Amino acid sequence: MADGFDAIIVGGGHNGLTCAAYLAKAGRKVLVLEGRHVLGGAAVTEELYPGFHFSVCSYVVSLFRPHIIRELELTRHGLDMIPLESSFLPLPDGDSLCRWADTHETRREIARFSPRDAEVYPEFGMAMGKVAHFAKALIDAPAPDPASLDPREWVKLLRLGRMFQELPADLRHLNLQMMTMSAVDFLDLWFESPVLKAPMSVSGIIGTYLGVRSPGTAYVLLHHYMGEIDGAFRSWGFSRGGTGEVSLAIARAAESHGAQIRTEAPVEQFLVNNGRAEGVVLENGDELRAKTVISGLDPHRTFRVMVGEEHLDPEFAAQIVRYKMRGSSAKVNLAVDRLPVFSCRPEGTAHLRGDVAICPSIDYLERAYDQAKYGDFSERPYLNVVIPSLVDPTVAPPGKHIISCFVQYAPYQIKEGPDFWPERREALGDTVVDTLAEYIPGLKSSILFRQVLTPWDLEQEFGLTEGNIFHGELSPEQLLFQRPAAGWARYRTPIRSLWMCASGTHPGGGIMGAPGELCAKSMLSERAL
Amino acid sequence: MPIPTPFHERTAPLCQSMRWKDWSGYYGVCAYSTYAEREYFAIRHSAGLMDVSPLFKYEVTGPDAAAFLARVMVNDIPRMKVGSVSYTCWTDDEGKLLDDGTIARLDEQHFRVTAAEPSLHWFHRHQGGLDVVIEDSTARIGALSLQGPQARQILRHVTDTDMDDLGFFRLARGRFDGFEATITRTGYTGDLGYEIWVASDDAIPLWDVLMDAGPSFGMIPNGLDALDMTRVEAGFIMNGVDYSSANHCLIESRKSTPYEAGLGWTVHLQREPFIGQTQLRRENDQGPERCFVGLEIDWDEMEALFAAVGLPPELPGAAWRNPVPIYSHGGTQIGYATSGSWSPMLKKNLALGTVAASHGRIGEQLRIEMTVEHVRHQVKATVLDRPFFDPDRKRS
Repeated sequence: MADGFDAIIVGGGHNGLTCAAYLAKAGRKVLVLEGRHVLGGAAVTEELYPGFHFSVCSYVVSLFRPHIIRELELTRHGLDMIPLESSFLPLPDGDSLCRWADTHETRREIARFSPRDAEVYPEFGMAMGKVAHFAKALIDAPAPDPASLDPREWVKLLRLGRMFQELPADLRHLNLQMMTMSAVDFLDLWFESPVLKAPMSVSGIIGTYLGVRSPGTAYVLLHHYMGEIDGAFRSWGFSRGGTGEVSLAIARAAESHGAQIRTEAPVEQFLVNNGRAEGVVLENGDELRAKTVISGLDPHRTFRVMVGEEHLDPEFAAQIVRYKMRGSSAKVNLAVDRLPVFSCRPEGTAHLRGDVAICPSIDYLERAYDQAKYGDFSERPYLNVVIPSLVDPTVAPPGKHIISCFVQYAPYQIKEGPDFWPERREALGDTVVDTLAEYIPGLKSSILFRQVLTPWDLEQEFGLTEGNIFHGELSPEQLLFQRPAAGWARYRTPIRSLWMCASGTHPGGGIMGAPGELCAKSMLSERAL
Repeated sequence: MPIPTPFHERTAPLCQSMRWKDWSGYYGVCAYSTYAEREYFAIRHSAGLMDVSPLFKYEVTGPDAAAFLARVMVNDIPRMKVGSVSYTCWTDDEGKLLDDGTIARLDEQHFRVTAAEPSLHWFHRHQGGLDVVIEDSTARIGALSLQGPQARQILRHVTDTDMDDLGFFRLARGRFDGFEATITRTGYTGDLGYEIWVASDDAIPLWDVLMDAGPSFGMIPNGLDALDMTRVEAGFIMNGVDYSSANHCLIESRKSTPYEAGLGWTVHLQREPFIGQTQLRRENDQGPERCFVGLEIDWDEMEALFAAVGLPPELPGAAWRNPVPIYSHGGTQIGYATSGSWSPMLKKNLALGTVAASHGRIGEQLRIEMTVEHVRHQVKATVLDRPFFDPDRKRS
């Protein structure tokens, strides 16, 4: 090959970098091309305002695979995670609920709303933990293909089937319920207090264009219980220095094995000839060739923009068109000159060291979704707020803080059309600040800087088609052997020598690293390069 | 009954967990909240403030102070410059470890020794005819340990002492608002950190000034639980845990020499006579029979043991300090681990222990006992270099 690369990886997000690190570690000659000036994709840290280092898009780490940390020796390259301690729910009536690492404290907090739920809560956690243990086997290996005639696939399916069979009957039922029910219906089976159910149900809708009462959303609840930090299934973590540090640690690992990484090298399109990927064309016109091309982009950008539909079988192209992106969330990042004080719990900081959820009731969430269904952003959105500077002083100057707000719903398809988003950007920012200020009266006067990222911005700046943070919705029909398309869930594509390594492949989105790792391992075991 | 330290009236209301332990006869906080990990992460990411007043402190003064310490300590104290701190240990006549600690040279004729155990009697016994005064200053000096990457920034805010000038294992006079204290760049965490030594009467103002400035930098007070995790990551040996002071050993085999305890680097043999020198020379020539090692317990083998019974791997929630057998690759017992901890920073399951010298090479693959669901197993453990965790900021 002209440029001598075994693989060109397009997109320096955390999955592209993970894939590069594994391939380089196996002795392959790898080049990573990132269009932006900074690595990380959506797992990126940027100093948007002097002294404030923002986790611009993704803001917490949970599912990052522990074996990737070991295999790539990421702690040696700077990976450093701090667990979130608590989950705080301020309520408009001046009350609040905080769930803590301390089980008895959590029990007492929940008991103020429902003594029964207080005791069911750990039971629920136990059941979820058992299901998550089963699900771990699914996310740590390529998805088996039930449509394949290859006997090796049957063996894998049989093995999973046996694992499923060995689960106690109640857990098997639970699993099926989760695959089909809505988050609220599922939680109704367990809990009675709406105050508890509201913040628990939201993990079912994050990043989807669905409501907490939409079927299929129960499955994503499981993600909350699959987080693994230090072996134990638990909680979420901050990355010291922001989520970009995860990407940079992986990049350093990749470079230590000889991978080359270029930023500000945007790719215009993939070079495809006779159904085979031969390299890439950069926006500056340079052509780079390699034995294989690996796309760290989402399926839409990969096939519809970079490959071009003229190179695709119409049936496959139609599947990709049908693959749901439809981003529904936005991000508002604030720099503030003091620690926010919630009027419902003004004392202490322990309750602010985890995440803060603005979702006072199920109806609040449904109303927020109702508006989104018809092309508006929610007047009172669900917010997931973190203040990473409380536990990581490196991200903000002393005494000052970063408030990161994940905002849902802000649909990509607003009724005026996505291109109208720049006109509504600041209105969305105001809505978020107004919503938060109802709980933090002093918020507005403390704001030094504000960044609003609408789904349109996420698409324009970060290449996330329709602003979908997971490279495609994590709904049951788009998971496992169907991600991103039936028959093409194993990192291969219909274009020979073109592979996929990002969140649009199994097991999906979040700072997990698994798609990048599994892509690299699949390529190596199939001697693709 | 333990007694309060000079900081007790401040630490007691903060200790919401009510978890205390007896530390050398004083009340020591185990962890301020039920979530001790917060304190660990503060030390590694911002700063932890810890009351270390229970350490025994001795003021050694007089024209022969250096000569006296040269006689008692294994290292060459007269070579210490004023303004420096040395880590040291001391032994009995047989070269068996009695204790380890730091020595700060505050002045030409003034040293301050810290110790884990009461040592006044031992020092007095070896005073001989030297012109030296040895005073137990434990009660009149309070001490705080400020450890973590933000420690220097915090001190910059509360003292006009030039912190940039204060090198690793150096000391400075700290001028605070209304009082003075000695600041040493030392600690037991293996991180950037300082210990501040203050007259007991000024203890509360020192605590207040740090608790005033620190929280903006993420500083929180920490207790012994968090310290224990960090000291394992730093690979530091602990008297009473990883070795026994010869004073307390009923049988010879429980005693250790500095070489066996991994403290051979502190011993300066080629100088005037000191206590234990003859035996230590002999051991240095022959080589020690045992050695102190750092171990990484293999994750994959551990995970497999748990998976075999259908469990995810369970990690110790805190540092542990119960003896655990260590075997050679072939299966014969060649030593024992004495303490260990999961390292959230390194993502490694660490242990410290003593093994036969022939098995102590870096990279040597050993086996360590592990109990899973009440059944004993062995998993691979690899000898690693210490400190396990050694950030550049510690010395920079």
